Amino acid sequence: MGVKLYGFPASTCTARVKASLEEYGVEYELVPINLATGEHKQPAYISCNPFALVPAFQDGDLTLFESRAITRYIARKYKNGVKDLLKESDAAAGALVDVWMEVESHQFNPAVSTIFYQTFVIPFFGGTPDQALIAENVEKLGKVLNVYEDRLSKSKYLAGDFFSLADLHHLTYTFYLVKTHASLVNSRPHVKAWWEDISSRPACKKVIDEMAADAHASK
Amino acid sequence: MSLFTAHSSVFLREREREREREREMGLKLYGAPASTCSARVKAALEELGVAYEFVPINFATGEHKQPPHIARNPFGQVPALQDGDLTLFESRAITRYIARKYKNGVTDLLKQSDAAAGALVDVWMEVESHQYNPAVSPIFYQIFIVPLFGGTPDQAVIAENVEKLSKILDVYEDRLSKSKYLAGDFISLADLHHLPYTFYLMITHPSLVNSRPHVKAWWEDISSRPACKKVTDEMAAVANASK
Repeated sequence: MGVKLYGFPASTCTARVKASLEEYGVEYELVPINLATGEHKQPAYISCNPFALVPAFQDGDLTLFESRAITRYIARKYKNGVKDLLKESDAAAGALVDVWMEVESHQFNPAVSTIFYQTFVIPFFGGTPDQALIAENVEKLGKVLNVYEDRLSKSKYLAGDFFSLADLHHLTYTFYLVKTHASLVNSRPHVKAWWEDISSRPACKKVIDEMAADAHASK
Repeated sequence: MSLFTAHSSVFLREREREREREREMGLKLYGAPASTCSARVKAALEELGVAYEFVPINFATGEHKQPPHIARNPFGQVPALQDGDLTLFESRAITRYIARKYKNGVTDLLKQSDAAAGALVDVWMEVESHQYNPAVSPIFYQIFIVPLFGGTPDQAVIAENVEKLSKILDVYEDRLSKSKYLAGDFISLADLHHLPYTFYLMITHPSLVNSRPHVKAWWEDISSRPACKKVTDEMAAVANASK
C-alpha cells in the first residue's frame, strides 16, 4: 500500500518529514496538496488532518499528522544498526534528543516561523510584511541562538556528539532563515559550523534543493 | 493468600523500596508552585507514583536567570529536572523521560512499544504543543501574568485567541466523540499535557469547554484523577494565596 506524504516540497513542515524519510532511505510517494485551491480544507484531506494543515502521512492503515510526530514514527519504525535518530533505548541520550526537539518546538520555531511568514508568505498573498514584528522576532531569535552557540561549543550536535532528529527538525526553517537573515547564523561560529554540517548531509541537501526548486517554481 | 495477592504485595513492596532509593538518590524538580509547565511535570510524576523533591525557584529575585539555575535551564525558565547526573529541561521532554523510565505494568502513558498507539500519542502531544498551547497560553498570560506586573490585559489579544481556541476545540470535540481520550481509549501523556492550562481556562472561559459535551466529559475525567486533582488543588491553593 505504500507510504504516502501529503504536502508540497517548499512547505517547511512537509520538508521536515521528507528529510527523515530520506535519512532512513524510505520509499514514499509525495502526494501534492494544493493550498491555493483550498484542497487542504476539503473533506478528503480533513479526514487525514483535521486541522487542515500540511503535512499528513499514511502508512497502510495508519494516518498521522503533525510533522514532528510523523518524524518520530519514521525514526522509530526504520531505526537500524547504522542509523538511530532518537536513541530511545538510551535513557540519557534519548532524553537529550527530546529536550532539543522541544527547544526547536517552543523556543526556535515561534520566532523563526513568524519571520518566515512575514518575509515569504505575506508578500506571496500581496500583503506588506510587518517590519516591527520581524525585528522583534529577529531579536528574540538572536537570544535563542546565543544559547545554541553555547550548546554547540560543547557538543557537535544539539543532543550530543551524534546527529539526531533534534538537529534535523531545524533544517527547513533555517534554510529560509539564511536567505533573509544569514548573519544570525554566520555571526555565531558554532551555529554556522553546525548548519553547514547538517545542510550538507546528502539526504538534507536533497530536501532543501527540492524546497528551493519548488519555491522558485511558484514565484 | 492467593498467587495474585502474593504477587501484588511483592510488587508493592518492591515499589516502596524503589521509592526509598529514589528519595535517597533525589529526583529533583525545580519549578514554581503555580507554574503551568512545572505542574505538567508534577502530573506525570504523580501519575506514575514517583517520589521527588520540589525545589521552588524564586522568580521575584530573578533566581531563574542566574547561576545555578541557568546551568540547569539555559533559557532561564522553569521547570528543570535533575535525576542523578542527568539534568533536563522543557516540561514535555521531562514528562517523556519520566513516562519512559517509570513505565510499569499498570501505567504506560506513551505506548512506545505499540507503533500505531505510540504514534497517536505523539500526534496529540504535538497538537497540544502547536495548536492548543499557542492559543491558550496568551489568554493565560494576559489575564494572570500581565496584571502581576501592573499592566492591563489586552482584550483584543484575548478575544483573538479565544476565537482560535474555539476552532481548535471543535476538532477536539469531534475527536473525543470517537475515542474516550485523545490518543485512543487509554489515557496518555497527550491528555495529561493539557491539564495545567485547561485548569486556568476553566477559571476564565469555562464555556469554551462546557459548551462541548465530549470535551467537557474528557476534562471532568482527567481532572478528577487523584494524581491530577492533587496537582490542580496545589495550583489552586497557590493562586488563592497570592490574591
